[in-house]
Amino acid sequence: MRHLLSTKDLTRDEAIAILDVAEDMADVAGREIKKLPALRGKTVVNLFFEDSTRTRISFEAAAKRLSADVINFSAKGSSVSKGESLKDTAQTLAAMGADAVVVRHQASGAPSVLAESGWIDAGIVNAGDGTHEHPTQALLDAFTIRRRLHGAAARGRDLDGVSVTVVGDILHSRVARSNVWLLTTLGARVHLVAPATLVPIGISDWPVTVGYDLDAAIAAKPDVVMMLRIQAERMHAAFFPNAREYARQWGLDDERLALLPAASLVMHPGPMNRGLEISAKAADSPQSTVLEQVANGVSIRMAVLYLLLSGAAGL
Amino acid sequence: MTARLVLQSADITRALTRISHEILESNRGASDLVLLGIPTRGVVLARRIGEILDSIEPGSGTVGFLDVTMYRDDLAKNPTRAPSPTQIPSGGIDGKTVVLVDDVLYSGRTIRAALDALNDIGRPRAVRLAALVDRGHRELPIRADFVGKNLPTAASERINVHLVEVDGVDEVTIEGSES
Repeated sequence: MRHLLSTKDLTRDEAIAILDVAEDMADVAGREIKKLPALRGKTVVNLFFEDSTRTRISFEAAAKRLSADVINFSAKGSSVSKGESLKDTAQTLAAMGADAVVVRHQASGAPSVLAESGWIDAGIVNAGDGTHEHPTQALLDAFTIRRRLHGAAARGRDLDGVSVTVVGDILHSRVARSNVWLLTTLGARVHLVAPATLVPIGISDWPVTVGYDLDAAIAAKPDVVMMLRIQAERMHAAFFPNAREYARQWGLDDERLALLPAASLVMHPGPMNRGLEISAKAADSPQSTVLEQVANGVSIRMAVLYLLLSGAAGL
Repeated sequence: MTARLVLQSADITRALTRISHEILESNRGASDLVLLGIPTRGVVLARRIGEILDSIEPGSGTVGFLDVTMYRDDLAKNPTRAPSPTQIPSGGIDGKTVVLVDDVLYSGRTIRAALDALNDIGRPRAVRLAALVDRGHRELPIRADFVGKNLPTAASERINVHLVEVDGVDEVTIEGSES
């Protein structure tokens, strides 16, 4: 694997291979010495043009557990705020000898530009670009579902027949997009639920079903309910009347939680707006996988960095 | 290319039985023994030795497996390798006598990686090495304590170990360059 830019171009076998390597990485987290020497001497740059805490520290923890050196670069307080272009930033990182660059950018497609421009030779990992994709989030979600369903026998399995309902701001959500492509590639059935104003144009081409009523979706007893964060920073127009209205119609509150089958998983990519898209009771219930998703995120990112960086170049 | 048969099924079983007795003898019994197979075929061999140990002294065949992929010194020179799972027996390895089991001992680099991997998992009382075939050509100061068969080879030759559990047949062959 040279880059990880999107989940759309991952095949089923490639996706399963990443999840299987992540299983081995997860085993390391249970040991007294949580470190592997596989990427000794490699340099991973976290290039973050957008605020992020959990994704950045997750990548940082992953790189450090593989013994790589980590450089954190956030646009705030850097040369970017003085007007440096993406090209100059990339060439600067290349000159410093970066082996992989983990990019988060507010513009969709920025990681692909870095990967294809020739400005830098490093492997590029998309850590979220605009409203396009967030592939490692989708991989960790798939990993979390697979582990909960199959436990220790998860290796080599896909998500055939698993029903996943994704609820919330589909329009702006890169998490939703990455999950739609990955989960359907792995054989899951994906159903999207959102206010009509937050459903993107062209969704009829996606391999999903779409609904507007959360109660109907819950009555269908999905195996997984994935709540998306209401991203106030991307909302530049009135997509719904107010927060209370949204919570009433599309929030996973205590009543809806009670109607959900006990075996169904409640997922959220974090950070959560408790009381808005998810109630505190739902977030803290045994069905909730929120903290597992965080722990699994480190394993997935270790797997991705390992697959990107460990082999000889060009093989 | 011709493949010459060196060990047949019965030879392999005899060698493993002898190795099992040697392990018990050098350990002065079966206490605190942990067999760790190195994937892929080392795991199969470790399981078989574990079964033989169990039949000699019940309860002595504690078997696990140890993946060394992440500890190899040639990671950056080869295509990306997918790691295999590691499973350490529930009792851990601290204070135990660990016997590493591999199919072919060659350069010794796999065993060096295994020693590094063990270091991250715990502190065994002693580490021993069992190999079905020792073909020579060591590149590191490493030797086996228990050897099924010493096979002097040329570096250009290939040793193929086939085991029923993985390959459907038990045999060891040498593939030679005709020179």
